[in-house]
Amino acid sequence: MDDVTAPRDPSAAQPSLAELAVRPMVHAGRGFWLVALIAALVAGVGAVGYAVQLGSGLGVTGLNDQVFWGIYEATLVTFIGFSYGGALVSAILRLVDASWRGRVTRIAEATALATLLVGALFPIIHLGRPERVLLILFQPNFESPIVWDLVAIATYIVATVILFGLPLIADLGILSEHPALGPRRRRFFRWLSFGWRGTSGQRRALERALTVIAILIVPLAVIVHTVLSYAFSLTSRPGWHSTIFGPYFVIGAVYSGVAIVILTALAYRRAYGLREWIDDRVIRNLGYVLVALAVAYGYVTFTEITTQGYVSEAADANVLYALVFAEYSPLFWAFLGFGLLLPVVVMAVPRLRTGAWIGLASAGVIVAMYIKRLLIIVPAEAQPLIGGATGVYSPSWVELAIVAGGGGGIVLILLVTFRLVPVLAIHEIGEIEGRGEEPARSASVVAIEVTT
Amino acid sequence: MMPVHAHEETPATMDGEPARESVIAEAGARRLPRRAVLRIAAGASALVLTGRALDIFPMLERVAASDLPASGSAETGAAHQWAFVIDLRRCDGCGACTKGCQKMHFLASDQEWIKVYPMVDAIGGEYHLPVLCQMCERAPCVQVCPVTATYHLPDGPIVVDQSICIGCRMCMAACPYGVRTFNWRPGPEVPSGATHDGPLFQAPQRLGTVGKCDACAHETREGRLPACVTSCAMEAIYLGDFVTDMATNGRATVGLSQFLRENDVYRLKEHLGTEPRVYYVAGHGQRVEF
Repeated sequence: MDDVTAPRDPSAAQPSLAELAVRPMVHAGRGFWLVALIAALVAGVGAVGYAVQLGSGLGVTGLNDQVFWGIYEATLVTFIGFSYGGALVSAILRLVDASWRGRVTRIAEATALATLLVGALFPIIHLGRPERVLLILFQPNFESPIVWDLVAIATYIVATVILFGLPLIADLGILSEHPALGPRRRRFFRWLSFGWRGTSGQRRALERALTVIAILIVPLAVIVHTVLSYAFSLTSRPGWHSTIFGPYFVIGAVYSGVAIVILTALAYRRAYGLREWIDDRVIRNLGYVLVALAVAYGYVTFTEITTQGYVSEAADANVLYALVFAEYSPLFWAFLGFGLLLPVVVMAVPRLRTGAWIGLASAGVIVAMYIKRLLIIVPAEAQPLIGGATGVYSPSWVELAIVAGGGGGIVLILLVTFRLVPVLAIHEIGEIEGRGEEPARSASVVAIEVTT
Repeated sequence: MMPVHAHEETPATMDGEPARESVIAEAGARRLPRRAVLRIAAGASALVLTGRALDIFPMLERVAASDLPASGSAETGAAHQWAFVIDLRRCDGCGACTKGCQKMHFLASDQEWIKVYPMVDAIGGEYHLPVLCQMCERAPCVQVCPVTATYHLPDGPIVVDQSICIGCRMCMAACPYGVRTFNWRPGPEVPSGATHDGPLFQAPQRLGTVGKCDACAHETREGRLPACVTSCAMEAIYLGDFVTDMATNGRATVGLSQFLRENDVYRLKEHLGTEPRVYYVAGHGQRVEF
């Protein structure tokens, strides 16, 4: 279980850090192509679904005048939430100077970017008239939360691209001398790395820039998710009109985001034999982050339900009753079990703190948090505002195809990303974990030279 | 001033890195004016943004500032300020208003711009509640529309410009009365002579946009009554006008303010502060014989 503490000897027998990091770039086995094919197929079905929706309008969905927002909105909250988790894992670990961070920052940043790029499509996919989306720029009503959403998400995309791109400068510079890569790729990397030579000045500048973006991304992501929650809480609708919604969405975002970082890290560790770097200690540490967020999310859920349920204003009580005891209760209790209890149990029992269990808990959290977003959105809509019947909603195949296609798109983007850039942050690991002390050059350049 | 001074001094302190300090000093000297400009710009935009941010709470301002009477306070100078009075004592829930409205606007049968809800009152009595656009003076739907596609007409009705609406349905989320409908599917055929584009009258409805009761703005402009008023055989729906202080159900004409005062009217969800312009005469669950 504890191969973790075994000293990592940089002897010749072990593949070097850089060699491991470029493995996915130079090697694509049957597994890679199989996963890529499935992801592409799923994304393709999603594209077909969207084509159908464009052709015939939103009538092809299961939405109606009462439940007018459904799984598209749940998906956009979930995917952009994933992104926040990725960005925050990278930023917070950097700010608290966690020594093991370099091993997962690249995966976290790439996950943040991939989920954000796909997630940002859903605000457009959900529109009845997507071709008019730019009107939000040309005749904005600044009182509208939708306008705030657009501004926040656009800013966040820029910040996430920077967060992903900055640390790459050093790595691409290092890899432009790596013999395993072809001459054209190396030339391209040299060009992309802005003349990175690993001088002490360059390293200091990069370090400072990384700190700045890490500090910036935290409030920015808080703003994005708070504003996303405003699309719901700035209405008078029972079940939505709640002050807890901002923090609720922010915590939920990081929570599910950490889970997807864990899953991605485990997948790459297994597929490319990266256990030396993404060891059980790293996964366990991420598991502790996950469990802390599980408790925090459980707390906001509890306080929301208690404040509504204790007073039980008629409309609030109706929504809550449907959620906890009636038509939505199987989903709600499933959320509690998989979304809150499972990660706590896994991390509380020492024997269960293994990659497999933590991965299972993360998968549970991802499913449960998706369910939770649906439970936040749909029951409040289904509740009649004045009179009449309770609304019903079941997503159509078009909606399911598009959402699944989004998931396929994320996988595909991640696969392509790690064909193009190293999966481990070579430079950063070298800097923090101090492999090689030569000041003028990054440690990993030395590592490369040792092995070649 | 300071950085320049420092620049002159640095060459004297020679300890291996004189060039760097002077470079920093020089950069500082060059950066200073730009910093100042940035600071002024930041200050100015902060001011502007604060001003704009206050606009985000217009309802708060208006609620705090006004002693709004129960009359159309929107002082737009329009010749009329429309309102509706619905006499629940007369409504028998037949749904003729809904059908008349659908015929007028060429709506599909599942699109109801005026819905008639069967209700039960506090003592178990049954009554029917017709709900059309409440013409809120502080309309949440108007506030949340990202592209200003939905807005007040000067005489009170709230309309949707379906050539602008992006179909985000934020207005449907914001409306406390659930009166907005979405055009999920293409609307029914409209006879060629009757098609019309524009916020006052849109036929057929445009796919992928939001539609709603427009208080028959195109009819009242021409001096005619809204379709729900004319199609109600029970004469339960009155169109009122705060400017002339009159209301009519198509047969009888009453003084609006007097009628409201004498009949103990109420409005839906008054606690939300939306200031609706649709008044209900309580039905007490009983059919009133007349």
